[in-house]
Amino acid sequence: MRVVLDNLDVFVGGMRTTVSLTVLGFAVAFVIGTVVAACRVSPVPPLRWVGGFYVETWRNTPLTVLMVLFFFGLTKVGIRYGAFTTAVIVLGGYTGAFVAETIRSGILAVPRGQAEAARSLGLTFPQTLAHVVLPQALRTVVAPLGSLFIALTKNSSIAAVISVGELAFRADRLSDSTARPVPVFLGAAIAYLAITVTAGVAFGIVERRVAIRR
Amino acid sequence: MTAAILADPLGPRARRRVVGWSIVAGALLIVVVVVAVRRFADHGALDRKRWEPFTRWSVVRFLLLGLVNTAKAAAAAMVIALAMGTALALLRMSRTAVVRWLAAAWVEFFRGFPLLLLIFFVFFALPKYDVHLSPYRSLVIALALYNGAMLGEIFRAGILSLDRGQSEAGFAVGLTYWQVMASVVIPQAARRMLPAIVSQLITLLKDTSLGFVITYEELLRRGRILGEFEGNLLQSTMVVAAIYIAVNLTLSRIARRLEVRQRRRLGASAITGAGAEDLTAVVTEADVRV
Repeated sequence: MRVVLDNLDVFVGGMRTTVSLTVLGFAVAFVIGTVVAACRVSPVPPLRWVGGFYVETWRNTPLTVLMVLFFFGLTKVGIRYGAFTTAVIVLGGYTGAFVAETIRSGILAVPRGQAEAARSLGLTFPQTLAHVVLPQALRTVVAPLGSLFIALTKNSSIAAVISVGELAFRADRLSDSTARPVPVFLGAAIAYLAITVTAGVAFGIVERRVAIRR
Repeated sequence: MTAAILADPLGPRARRRVVGWSIVAGALLIVVVVVAVRRFADHGALDRKRWEPFTRWSVVRFLLLGLVNTAKAAAAAMVIALAMGTALALLRMSRTAVVRWLAAAWVEFFRGFPLLLLIFFVFFALPKYDVHLSPYRSLVIALALYNGAMLGEIFRAGILSLDRGQSEAGFAVGLTYWQVMASVVIPQAARRMLPAIVSQLITLLKDTSLGFVITYEELLRRGRILGEFEGNLLQSTMVVAAIYIAVNLTLSRIARRLEVRQRRRLGASAITGAGAEDLTAVVTEADVRV
C-alpha cells in the first residue's frame, strides 16, 4: 500500500473531482427530475408527451454514448463546453430521467384525498402540486433518491471517457506510471466506498428526519 | 395514462384552461424544435452527404455487426453473471457462517466497485501480471463480475420472498437440501425474479458500451470509427443512440409485460413469505436502476 500513501494527493484530488461531479450532477438531476415528473403528471397532454419522451430517450441511451455525443458530437453544431461541464450536464441529464421516475412514483403514492382536498379549497393544478403533493412525495422517496446518488457516484467514473480527471481516470494513470495496479485500484475502490458509504449514511439521516411512513 | 392522477375528471372551465395551456406548450415545443433544426442546418449537420452513408448497405452492415458484437458481449456476460449470481445467492444462505461472510463481502465489494474501474483493471492492469486478455474477454469478465454480484442480491431477495412452507414441504417429503433448492425453491424464485432480471439485462446491455474505452468494437466504437471515416461523427453517434434506444425500449416493454403477468399471478395465488417486502423493494428498485 506504499504506492497509495506516497501518492495520496492523487487520490484526494481525484476524490474531490468525483465528489464535485456527483454533487453538481445530482443537483442538475434533481431539478430536471422534479420538472419532468411534474410534466408527466400534468393534465396538459403536450407536457406529458415531452416528459415521457425525455425519460425514455435519456434512460435508454448508455452514459458512454451520451458522453461521446455531447463532448465530441455537439461541437460540430457549435455547442462546446469544457469536459467537466459536459460531464455534469450529461450525468445530470441521465440521472434526471431516473429521478423523474422516482419522484413520479412518489407522487402516485400520495393518497388521492390530498389532491382532492387541495382542489376543493380552490387550488389550481400547479398550486396543488407545489404546495400539497410534491412536498409529501419528496419525503417518501428519500431512500430511492439515495440509491440514485450512490449509482451516480459510480457512474461519474464514466466521465473518464472524456478525460475528466476524476478518481477512475487518475487511478488508471497512476497505475500506469507506477506499474503497481493492484494497490492503486484497491485504493481507488476504497475511495469510492468512502464516498458512497458517507452518502448512504447522510441519506439515512435525512430519511429518518423527514420520511412519512405509510 | 389519463390526466386523472391528481385531479378528478375536468370540468368545462378546467378543460378550456388545459386546451389553452396545451396550445402554449405546443407552440413552445415547436419553437424549440425549429431552433434546434435551424442550428443543425446552419452548421451543415443536416446536409445530404452527412446522412447519405446510412443508406449504403456496407455502412449499415458495419453498424449492425457492431450491434452483434454488443449483443455477443452482453449475452456471454449475462450467462456467466446468472451462474455467478445463483452461486452467490446460495452461498450467502449457506449454513456455514464463514461462507456466508465471504460471499457477502464478495457481493458488497463488486457492487461498490465502479464498473469502469473494473474494466480498466482487467484490461490495463492484469497484463502487468502477465495475464493477457483480449478486449472482448476483459469486457465480458468485468461485466460478469459486476452483474454477478448484482444478480446475487436479486436472487437472494427472490429466494427469501418464497414462503418457508415451500422448502419445509420439500424437506418433509424427504428431499435433500440441494434437491429442495433445485426443484422447489429456485424454479419458483426464478419466475418471480424474471422482471428484475430483464431490467438488469438492459443495464448490462447499456454497460457494454464501456467496451469503447478498451477498443472493443461494439456499437459505439464502430459508430465512432464510421464517424471519423465519413466525417459525420455527430450523425453516426446519433444513429448509435437511436439504435440503443430502440433495443432497450423493446426489452423494457418485455420486462413490463412480464411484471404485469407476474403481479397478476402472484395476486391470484397469494403466496406471501418473510421476504416479500424485499422482493417488492428489488422490483421497484429495478425500475430505477441506473
